[in-house]
Amino acid sequence: MSLGPHLLLALLEGLVGACVLALTALGLALVFGVMRIVNVAHGEFFMLGAVIAAACAGLVGDPPWLAFGCALLVAPLAVAAVATAADWAVLRRVRYDPESTIVATIGLLYIVQQSVLVLHGPDARAVPAPFYVRLDLGWFGYNGYKLMVAGAAVTLLLAVWLGLGRTRLGLYMRATQQDREMATALGVPVRRVYATVFALGAALAAVAGVLVVPIQQAHYLMGLDPLLLSFIVVIVGGLGSLKGAVIAAFVIGVSDGFVSVLFSPTLAKILATLLVAMVLVVRPRGLFGTSEA
Amino acid sequence: MSTSSARIWLLHAAVLLALLLAQPLLPEYHYVNVARILVLACYAVGYNVLLGYTGLMSLGHAMFFALGMYGAGLPVYYHGVGALPALALGVAASALGAALFGLIALRTRGVAFLIVTMMFGQAFHLTLLHFNVYTLGDQGFILSETIRTLDVAGAAFDLADSRVKYNAALGVFSVCLLASLLLVRSPVGRVLVAIRENEDRTRLLGYNTYLARLLALTVSGTIAGAAGATYALLFSYVGASFASILHSIYPLLWTLLGGAGTTLGPLLGTGLMFYLEIYARDLTTAYLVVVGAVLLVLVLWAPRGILGTLRDRKARWLP
Repeated sequence: MSLGPHLLLALLEGLVGACVLALTALGLALVFGVMRIVNVAHGEFFMLGAVIAAACAGLVGDPPWLAFGCALLVAPLAVAAVATAADWAVLRRVRYDPESTIVATIGLLYIVQQSVLVLHGPDARAVPAPFYVRLDLGWFGYNGYKLMVAGAAVTLLLAVWLGLGRTRLGLYMRATQQDREMATALGVPVRRVYATVFALGAALAAVAGVLVVPIQQAHYLMGLDPLLLSFIVVIVGGLGSLKGAVIAAFVIGVSDGFVSVLFSPTLAKILATLLVAMVLVVRPRGLFGTSEA
Repeated sequence: MSTSSARIWLLHAAVLLALLLAQPLLPEYHYVNVARILVLACYAVGYNVLLGYTGLMSLGHAMFFALGMYGAGLPVYYHGVGALPALALGVAASALGAALFGLIALRTRGVAFLIVTMMFGQAFHLTLLHFNVYTLGDQGFILSETIRTLDVAGAAFDLADSRVKYNAALGVFSVCLLASLLLVRSPVGRVLVAIRENEDRTRLLGYNTYLARLLALTVSGTIAGAAGATYALLFSYVGASFASILHSIYPLLWTLLGGAGTTLGPLLGTGLMFYLEIYARDLTTAYLVVVGAVLLVLVLWAPRGILGTLRDRKARWLP
């Protein structure tokens, strides 16, 4: 096989990965942008989404599209509920202090991860895709479901963008992001905005987890990779910049796809980190960051 | 001032002496456990220099621990280097690594620094796995018994003996603890504390805070590396799992539990968590839930940890 098909495959894999990554990283960036906190448990929300999808597949069984639909509905809601509970029980009590929040979300990470280990078991579980279409690309056939994943992710990204720009809640979020005290003074229910944003960020990660599970597998340790990549993305894009996060997700995602297909996925992660080092040397605030976070 | 100073040195001397004299009282089984705790407490002492006294939280310290471990372990494994030169190599590797890492990572501040440390720590872990041919990362390797003797001034000690392990660990721990005590009570240490409290103001007063933070990170990484190198030599196992994110979170947990910004807190935290985990391991396979639970409890109810709370309530003089 010549280089051409390899490159096409790498591009496709990269784009699909980038879309999922953009969705996950957007959740993290949204939470940081509005609440100024880093959610280390973000990857676990992703994992919860995937595991719930596996549980749905186990409960509903046939047909796969019904199980997938259930997962797409249940996972974001359930994970948002977990996030809301965490926000209410822990984050609100430490007043969203940056360092305490990080320690608290690390705690949350292990509690969620170990609970899944107990409830779901240590094995990875495959979940059937809701449909199977083989797209013939001449050199090789490509899984049509993967393109649907990309489409769904892009749709959700657009929905979040529209929601931020056109709805009252979006206005509240942007106001809180710009100046929390001023927003409070103008009657924005900041506390509720915080809870909503945290739940929304978690739900985005959960949806990404559901979308990705027919391609990967559901496993209780799967949260670390998306967390790491999301971190890379928000640092490269500039902490707090949503536009930066999405652009960086596509750059990192596509290059990750290329290196993964042509060399190895581990090398791809190492190279991505080196890229971050370069960005930091040249521009410590990230590509689209406005102020030092 | 001088009485409080004497009291501080006396307290530390007493703790170290107690550890030395506890040997006849301890059952044989606990020797290796306590040795392990002492080595891991070194790691936490190093971490505490950065978190407790400089106010920088790192989620990638396992990188330095592993640098020390591999810096000591690989020469022993491939070239049969003796224990003391291996220890020196491990410490040097981690010192160099920490300084280089600091040059890049300290360009960020606040939560960005934290994310960058975690990212690099994870990348280092992946690097160890990726170059498995040389590092034997995923399986780990055992240092053969023949080179595991320690030659000090003509006398040879067998590192496989648990009594030797205990005393070697105590020796390394004493050095690390006293080094950290000296550092935080020195003028440089005061600058570090000033950075923790208010970096902008410290800079305004004319201190080069970037250099001070770089120094703190390097010292912290070097102590962590010394712990890693000692661990490799005493417990004769080197593996990439020591570079994982969990091993970066452990020193954070130990330091916070014992009390960040107290010199003896890391030892207390490490010891408590060590036995708590052994206990939890017997109960469930999901014993890491203890890590999460303790972190949450600390954040919600005891953000200053055990000794930090004690200092607030009773003993203001605790360093």
